[in-house]
Amino acid sequence: MNSDLDLFLWLIFPYICLTIFVLGHVWRYRYDKFGWTSRSSQMYERDILRWANPMFHFGILAVFLGHVMGLGVPQTWTAAVGISEGMYHFLAISIGVVAGIGTIVGFVGLVYRRRFTKAVMGATSRMDKLMYLVLGLVIVLGLVNTGSQLVGDYNYRGGVSVWFRSIFYLSPKPDLMVAAPLSFQIHAILAIGLFALWPFTRLVHVFTAPLGYVFRPYILYRTRDAHEGSRSRRRGWDKVDTIPRRR
Amino acid sequence: MQVMAQMAMVMNLDKCIGCHTCSVTCKQVWTNRSGAEHIWFNNVETRPGQGYPRTYEDQERWKGGWTLNRRGRLKLKAGGRLKNLSTIFAAPYLPGIKDYYEPWTYDYENLTTAPAQKHMPVARPKSLLTGENTTITWSSNWDDDLAGSVENTHNDPVLAKVSEKIRFEYEQTFMFYLPRICEHCLNPACVAACPTGAIYKRAEDGIVLVDQDRCRGWRQCVTGCPYKKMYFNHKTGKVEKCTFCYPRIEVGQPTICSETCVGRLRYLGLMLYDADRVLEAAATPDERGLYEAQRDVFLDPNDPEVIREAHAAGIPEDWIEAARRSPIRALISDYKVALPLHPEYRTMPMVWYIPPLSPVVDAVSETGEDGERHENLFAAIDRLRIPIEYLAGLFTAGDTRPVDGVLRKLAAMRSYMRDINMGWEPNEAIPESVGMTGQQMTDMYRLLAIAKYNERYVIPPAHYEDAHKLENIATECSLDVDGGPGMGGSGDTGGMGGIGGIGGMDGSFAENPARGGGSPVPSRPEGVRINLLNWNGRGTPEGLFPDAADASTKPTDPAHPGTGG
Repeated sequence: MNSDLDLFLWLIFPYICLTIFVLGHVWRYRYDKFGWTSRSSQMYERDILRWANPMFHFGILAVFLGHVMGLGVPQTWTAAVGISEGMYHFLAISIGVVAGIGTIVGFVGLVYRRRFTKAVMGATSRMDKLMYLVLGLVIVLGLVNTGSQLVGDYNYRGGVSVWFRSIFYLSPKPDLMVAAPLSFQIHAILAIGLFALWPFTRLVHVFTAPLGYVFRPYILYRTRDAHEGSRSRRRGWDKVDTIPRRR
Repeated sequence: MQVMAQMAMVMNLDKCIGCHTCSVTCKQVWTNRSGAEHIWFNNVETRPGQGYPRTYEDQERWKGGWTLNRRGRLKLKAGGRLKNLSTIFAAPYLPGIKDYYEPWTYDYENLTTAPAQKHMPVARPKSLLTGENTTITWSSNWDDDLAGSVENTHNDPVLAKVSEKIRFEYEQTFMFYLPRICEHCLNPACVAACPTGAIYKRAEDGIVLVDQDRCRGWRQCVTGCPYKKMYFNHKTGKVEKCTFCYPRIEVGQPTICSETCVGRLRYLGLMLYDADRVLEAAATPDERGLYEAQRDVFLDPNDPEVIREAHAAGIPEDWIEAARRSPIRALISDYKVALPLHPEYRTMPMVWYIPPLSPVVDAVSETGEDGERHENLFAAIDRLRIPIEYLAGLFTAGDTRPVDGVLRKLAAMRSYMRDINMGWEPNEAIPESVGMTGQQMTDMYRLLAIAKYNERYVIPPAHYEDAHKLENIATECSLDVDGGPGMGGSGDTGGMGGIGGIGGMDGSFAENPARGGGSPVPSRPEGVRINLLNWNGRGTPEGLFPDAADASTKPTDPAHPGTGG
């Protein structure tokens, strides 16, 4: 049976972090829309950013899709559409390694410019530094895990993935994580921890990725009444209506 | 027909003395904040010159504004929607802080804390980005008044388009100032480039604003704006821009740059335009046709059909009346002396300029000829191709004919009005030679030269039915958001709160009833006059300070501060 620590790590901690993740974003969106930005530092430094930033972002987007595939789609489903285990792993590892290396190289470039460009360093908050540390560790361990598939024989799709989905089914299976290799365990814990940090960092910009741009008209009009200050009025603080008069 | 109203500005460049009062007052009001050091909603450029940020007019480099695709349709010069999204991680055409300037301050503390030493302590410049010692190499106005120097002007993109021969001669020829704010375009490329949709054009008055709560700092609007009037705040990570002082405009006051303009060269008023024809006009194939095309988009507020459509579009009657009295309409559509800045960017800008005649007048006067005679001026306009081609590069996509026409009108006005002012017989042939009547000429003279406050600024207040919607603005600062320019009233910036707290400020300028009176300035006892001319400089002048003993004998004046004690 599980020790208390195992139970905390693989059952309680994920729920705490996911709760912080969800409520934190709701709170941040309601109370800090003004702070909701990617906080670009391109004005300060562009030569490294020019290659490192797209490399990191496109890499991490590929990594994200890989996780959707690996964690979200059960093994039985891929088998049902005729993708053999060997085929799946070949694809997962080859694409995963390329995306992972791209992400890490981009990440290193970004951290380098952040550390060694004085203006960028000056614009870096403590939360940024903590976030970079956790994110960096998660990415490195993720690449280690992907690479370990070449030598090891741990089938994460029967272990980690099932545990991950079980959290959302509300019938968590912590035993599966207890049985996972250490590198997977650390990767998972740090990643879960990152979700708890997420709403309080600049990472929030992910959730306002401007995909609607493709569909909206170019020129936007707003009437003045649709834009009445930036603070929404709380209940009980409605304004007394003015008697119309010539100004 | 879709009638819309647009608040617009015209600047009379002949009157600009390059004093930068507009820039300074604008800066004090809007961008006197950390992170906004390089943000000048209003700046004044010396022309010829590189402008601010440097060489912003070189659209082959910065890719601002619109262009036509192969099918003749408008597209953003920096690329379409997918290109825009794909370059979001590293905007390829974004100016860096060095294209503006590295903000700095001085180590003033050293002046008071330096130990006793042989030499005077100095306040060294410190970079506001790194906190280290820095060398100041550029700023918002570094090339002020340096139009002639090759070092500063060989990069002028407008000059680069003028022919080689002219470029060699320009330095002996002319210099003028170009004050710039956001153009509040009818077809704004910044709005189109914003991936989030945070930038919008106000339906009522056409003012283009950035919703600071929605801006996510993707920076594409900075590239999109060909005038580079979208500024990235490097502290907040959001973009800011000229607001056309909308809190002032809404209560019928001119923008702060206009209000404080020493040369009184700015005009504010409404233009009615047909929103349905904007895109068509902006897509005019020949870029030299864009000036005319934009003028055709404007509607005549005296036309019954326009009035009917304006009512249908919900434009209130007093706004239509203001559009009739608009000085902007007179200068753009009636006298046709105002020209748009860089119409070739296809954004349909709405801050227009009356090109300066002074280079021509100066050139004539230097020859010893009469610089006020229209024959001399006309001949000079014909001969002095250099300033005219340069002005055409700024205002008409290189077509010299409209610039020529405007300068002739201005020259004719000078000459015609001189005759009248000297008490000579007015020569009606002069206005006729530029296609105007004598009456039009005197009206134009009144608007341009006399330039009364009420004629320069015809600003209908936001409509009274909407008054309750303006409560935020009337009772608290609408910019009072975290980190915003109006942050927190008398919060940490004690000085700002103090200035706002001087009640007399408003009252003493209360020519506008909208501002209200009721200033708490103590009133003087009746009959006491202060005459400083009689004061010998010793003691206190009679009547300047309330006298307690005196006050007690006049208990009829309750407002006297002395009576309380």
